[in-house]
Amino acid sequence: MLRAFLILLTVVLTHVTALAQSNINIGLQLEPPNLDPTSGAAAAIDEVVYGNIFEGLVRIDEYGEVQAGLALYWEVSTDGRSYLFHLAEGVTFHDGTEFDARDVRYSIDRARASNSTNAKKYIFEPIALIDVFDAATIMITLDRAHPDFLFNLGLGDAVIVGEESSASNAFYPVGTGPFKFERWVRGDSIKLSRNENYWGAPPRLEAATFKIITDPLSAYTAMMAGDIDTFPNYPAPENLFLFDRDPDFEVIVGLTAGETILSTNNQKAPFDNILVRKAMAHAINRDELIDGAMFGNAEPIGSHFAPSHPDYVDLTGLYPHDLNKARAYLKEAGLEDGFTASLKLPPPIYARRTGELIASQLGKIGIKVEIENMEWAQWIDQVLRNRNYDLTVVSHVEPMDINIYANPNYYFGYDNEEFQNVMARINVSADQAQTSALYKQAQRKIAEDAVNGYLYQQGKYGVWKRGVKGMWRNYPIRANDLRDVYMEDGE
Amino acid sequence: MLSYFLKRVLSLIITLFTATIVIFLMIEVVPGDPAAFMMGLSGSTEAADALRAELGLNMSAWDRYFNWLTGMMSGDFGLSYTYRVPVSELIIDRTLVSVPLTVYALILSTIIAIPVGVISASRRGTAVDTSLMGVAQVGVAIPNFWFAILLVLLFSTTLRWFSAGGFPGWEAGFIECVKALTLPAISLALPQAAILSRVMRSSVLEVMNEDYIRTARAKGLSKRQALMRHGLRNAMIPVLTILGLQFSFLLAGGIIIESIFSLPGLGRLVFQSIAQRDLIVVKSIVTMLVFAVVMITFMVDMAYAVVDPRLREGDKS
Repeated sequence: MLRAFLILLTVVLTHVTALAQSNINIGLQLEPPNLDPTSGAAAAIDEVVYGNIFEGLVRIDEYGEVQAGLALYWEVSTDGRSYLFHLAEGVTFHDGTEFDARDVRYSIDRARASNSTNAKKYIFEPIALIDVFDAATIMITLDRAHPDFLFNLGLGDAVIVGEESSASNAFYPVGTGPFKFERWVRGDSIKLSRNENYWGAPPRLEAATFKIITDPLSAYTAMMAGDIDTFPNYPAPENLFLFDRDPDFEVIVGLTAGETILSTNNQKAPFDNILVRKAMAHAINRDELIDGAMFGNAEPIGSHFAPSHPDYVDLTGLYPHDLNKARAYLKEAGLEDGFTASLKLPPPIYARRTGELIASQLGKIGIKVEIENMEWAQWIDQVLRNRNYDLTVVSHVEPMDINIYANPNYYFGYDNEEFQNVMARINVSADQAQTSALYKQAQRKIAEDAVNGYLYQQGKYGVWKRGVKGMWRNYPIRANDLRDVYMEDGE
Repeated sequence: MLSYFLKRVLSLIITLFTATIVIFLMIEVVPGDPAAFMMGLSGSTEAADALRAELGLNMSAWDRYFNWLTGMMSGDFGLSYTYRVPVSELIIDRTLVSVPLTVYALILSTIIAIPVGVISASRRGTAVDTSLMGVAQVGVAIPNFWFAILLVLLFSTTLRWFSAGGFPGWEAGFIECVKALTLPAISLALPQAAILSRVMRSSVLEVMNEDYIRTARAKGLSKRQALMRHGLRNAMIPVLTILGLQFSFLLAGGIIIESIFSLPGLGRLVFQSIAQRDLIVVKSIVTMLVFAVVMITFMVDMAYAVVDPRLREGDKS
């Protein structure tokens, strides 16, 4: 009798733990404003829906590689202008409607329409023609070869949406992905559940709940209290060491596409003088910034390019930390007595901490930096749109965004014909080796011109309970694709 | 009485109307554009323009004010710029967290404060009084967010009796929700209870010197009986005034506690809406709070008139 009872108890208990193990709670610092990745730019949208609810023709994996998505395979013409996509069949959206090539055309046309609110319309700009051959075959023809086109199709802004559901995706997202939307308690949590009709390999998790925890200290207590199984982008690098030495947790410092830079207004005196910018580049001590602001968890950079990219060139040695050289450049510029500059800082803690250190570093060569802290909305208005600033610290999190330097109207105000020509050649390059050489040339050019102060590559600080497997280690794009995540039975 | 009432109603309407104009103008001059904010660092200007048109931000200020005002009168507060759902829905969801939390905190603080105040007053000058008031003094001095963090560290991360934050939503059940609100309510209640117990104590002491208590004692009641039967009710009046003030303070002022416990309350909604320039939400919440305060003042005015006949007859002279 007792034996039977024990067996029953074991069965019940294992069943209960098995159930508990297939739901995961994920911490998220910023709540997404809505759940439509094709409108607006909030990274928090992709962090919930990318790869989980919505899928694109292709998919970007945790190493930034392009993988098959709704397109199982594709053929590219030799001139690099035509892409023939072969689509998965038998795919349905979560609302039961069928997916086929017309949805692809609809999604692209919707994103590039004149009234579209897609933040990355440039992805679709090279498209000349879309031909639907049959339900599972579609050809996209570009007006020129474009090396990043396929990668861009893998971004959250280019996911495939259904015509019937696209209007309500902002609050009730309907995609083709392995998870479907369940419930959103605004300000608290977003719950997804497994899509039992998923066309691909079914995910192992039954459900996933993204919990919104804005306060960095609460992120710590929520992990410690067991409310959260994983915080993929932990907001407080200063207490990572507490998790590091706790055997119940794992800390993974991964890579992101976020270059943290000291953006400089290149059109405003005295920053229009390259000697002044070189002086500042020599005055900056990256190691001190990384230790002081990021608690050692970041990688120094010498240009605007991710160190994880195969075409990366290490240019951190170009202007090493050297106060004598810095002073000499200032003297050459006729500013040996120094000058006063404002530094406008957005709210994230990395920007505030880095900004304070930069102010003290530039102070050593006589540049009196006046820090001005502001909200994002003010920052976007004054710095980004009206270019009313001297210096700012910000992380550019978009992948492969060196092309922003080719736009003379961007807030750096960098107008350089040589650089623009390099980017123009990249945009029409169909040859891998040539593209790679050009990217290297581009990195070197902006580093030599010291357009901005290049500080460090933002790290991704993932904290998870031991036993959580398959979470993304890196952030090539801001996403938490949960298709391969599972939880091992603990103890 | 009727003319007094009509006068008050008229002044109420004028106050509310003026408030909407002031709120609208204040929001108008706030720098920062919601559409640009939503497009982020890499968004194109055309997309931001399209978004601005979609949100109705291209209309003239007068048209927007008029639409907002007429909408509100018919109960339509508009769509949130960021969330894209009706503002009224957002406000109701958040109110369903903030109001219960405030009520919970006030109940806790009253349950603690009234006995403490009464005991202190009745044992005035003794060690009991000194130590209770000493604790209350410390309670006033302790910042509630710090106390909240201590509670979380003890009850959530160490003992694991409560979760460290979050709110499951009322559909998850009453017990679950009360549990989620318990630690936040205690953190909010402690400093309020400390203040309230000091008010209660001095109020009781004052009442005990009144003539009617002396009469009651002369009639043969013990000090305790006199306090319970005649003193307490009168001593409650200043306490109720303070409670009323605390209610409005806690309702919108719980933002720090809401952040620590990741609660989706009104305070955090206002704060986040300001940061994201979801100005339509800010406008509506501020208007709603003004409305609440004006209505309370109105009801107090009416109550005065009922209590004090001189007020309602004053307009005849």
